[in-house]
Amino acid sequence: MYIRAMSALVIKNLHKSFDGVPAVKGVDFTINRGEIFGLLGPNGAGKSTIINMIAGVVRLGSGSITAFGYDNQRDYRHTRRMLGVVHQEVVIDNFFTIDQALQLHAGYYGVKDDPVWRQLLIDRLGLRPHLHKVMLKLSGGLKRRFMIAKAMIHRPQLLILDEPTAGVDVELRHGLWDFVREINRQGTTILLTTHYLEEAEEMCDRIAIMNHGDLIALEETHELVRRLSNRQLRLWLVEPLAAVPAGLENCQPQLKADGRMLLLNLPAKVDVGSILSQLCSQQLQIRDIETDQSSLEEVFIQLTGMNGGTNGL
Amino acid sequence: MDFDPKRHFYPWLPFFTLLRKEILRFWRVSTQTLIAPIVTAGLYLLVFGATLGDRLSIVEGFSYAQFVIPGLIMMGVINNSFANTSSSLFMSRYLGGIVDLLVTPVSPPQFIMAYTLAAMLRGLLVGSVVWIISTMFANLPWESPFLGILMAMLASFMFAQFGLIAAIYAQSFDTISMYTSFLIMPLIFLGGVFYPISILPEPWGNFSHLNPLFYLIDGFRHALIGFGDTSYLVAFGFSGVLAVILFIWAAWLIGKGHRLRG
Repeated sequence: MYIRAMSALVIKNLHKSFDGVPAVKGVDFTINRGEIFGLLGPNGAGKSTIINMIAGVVRLGSGSITAFGYDNQRDYRHTRRMLGVVHQEVVIDNFFTIDQALQLHAGYYGVKDDPVWRQLLIDRLGLRPHLHKVMLKLSGGLKRRFMIAKAMIHRPQLLILDEPTAGVDVELRHGLWDFVREINRQGTTILLTTHYLEEAEEMCDRIAIMNHGDLIALEETHELVRRLSNRQLRLWLVEPLAAVPAGLENCQPQLKADGRMLLLNLPAKVDVGSILSQLCSQQLQIRDIETDQSSLEEVFIQLTGMNGGTNGL
Repeated sequence: MDFDPKRHFYPWLPFFTLLRKEILRFWRVSTQTLIAPIVTAGLYLLVFGATLGDRLSIVEGFSYAQFVIPGLIMMGVINNSFANTSSSLFMSRYLGGIVDLLVTPVSPPQFIMAYTLAAMLRGLLVGSVVWIISTMFANLPWESPFLGILMAMLASFMFAQFGLIAAIYAQSFDTISMYTSFLIMPLIFLGGVFYPISILPEPWGNFSHLNPLFYLIDGFRHALIGFGDTSYLVAFGFSGVLAVILFIWAAWLIGKGHRLRG
């Protein structure tokens, strides 16, 4: 069967409990082919459990997972052939060198070793100087890069990255994300979880947010931020006002700086242009405009009820 | 562009790759996995072959060296088959490397076969070298070479399965060494490696018939020198049934992903 399904991954009514404690509570979502999809949530939200169920490391509780039209229980061999997984924990085999381990990994996936592709991955991930070192001798960053090469060696259609940049330096993080973008442009669908929300905001086409095993948000990234963030508009006026102009009640208007600044909290569906038109029609003279929009991180904290920064994410 | 996962997918390649990896694994640390057990067996041979071998005879018509060598060969086969699967699988579980296999298309039957064949190879390799060294101390008549090889294969298969089971249930490396020290070695030593159980007073003779290793050792010796405390039928029948039980147990655990998948 050729893959004709538009969806890379379809998850339906997924449940999983450990020792009677629910970890995933009826989650549904779909990942489109070719997109970068972010699965975010605080520790214990159920992200890794879902990823491990997709990959086959954790048994399915109930529900279904379909990858490119193949059921991951019934057709597990073909499903796994199409998935590449970069685990959260660094997993290495100390018996082998990078080069040997990559060749073995292609074989595990039922794919003949392709030296051209292997060399390309080695070069692209900067592994060439370390090719004949055993894993034990590699630094933490090199191990991470090796794990990505290992997950890509069989040319998966869906690459799952479970916090691939946890504990790696900024330079390597940027390098890894550049590589992820590159393979995504070449057609590989990406599912990622990360603790760095600014990266998720920058990388992902869509974002799902989980909390306590529930999916609490799933939207296009910019839409999610736009809809849930607090947008503020600060209008600096030529002449101070004594009272807020009429017709702005839904923006919670406030006068500040002795009436020289009008502060508006914009609801998601109100755009700045319409507000400005409305104020201009009331002959209000505006000297300067400032806008402020909260980040994904603030949206995330708002949704998951967390506070005190990103500690514990 | 449509992608066909069945195209360029070689269904048996995962098995051959895992088998290759398992063989390379013990080959790379051959000092520990091959040479050390051969040296140990060589020391037994030296003691029981060169020193006591010609001076003792506990079975009429055979030197003590001829009597004891089949048991020492079998000891090498059993210990090393068990050690290979138990250490490899437990290490994978303990260090987390098992997830690298769980996410691949390696099927449970392929998983069992690859681990089993690599363990059998190691066990039979050690057994073969011990046999070659033993020819310096005594000649074995090889009464029934086919049955001898079959029994050695059955023993290596059986203990490869037992190694898988032990690795799945083990909580620590200590548990694995406990299986060797407190179960396998006592059963080997009490299973008639160094003496025929027919010379034991009752009830110890009858108790020895409950020892599964007695049948492996006795059947193998029977095939090699033509002397056994029990018949081929009983030795092969008992060992065969036990091997099937252990295989079903291991297959069930691995098929279910018991303690392997969350």
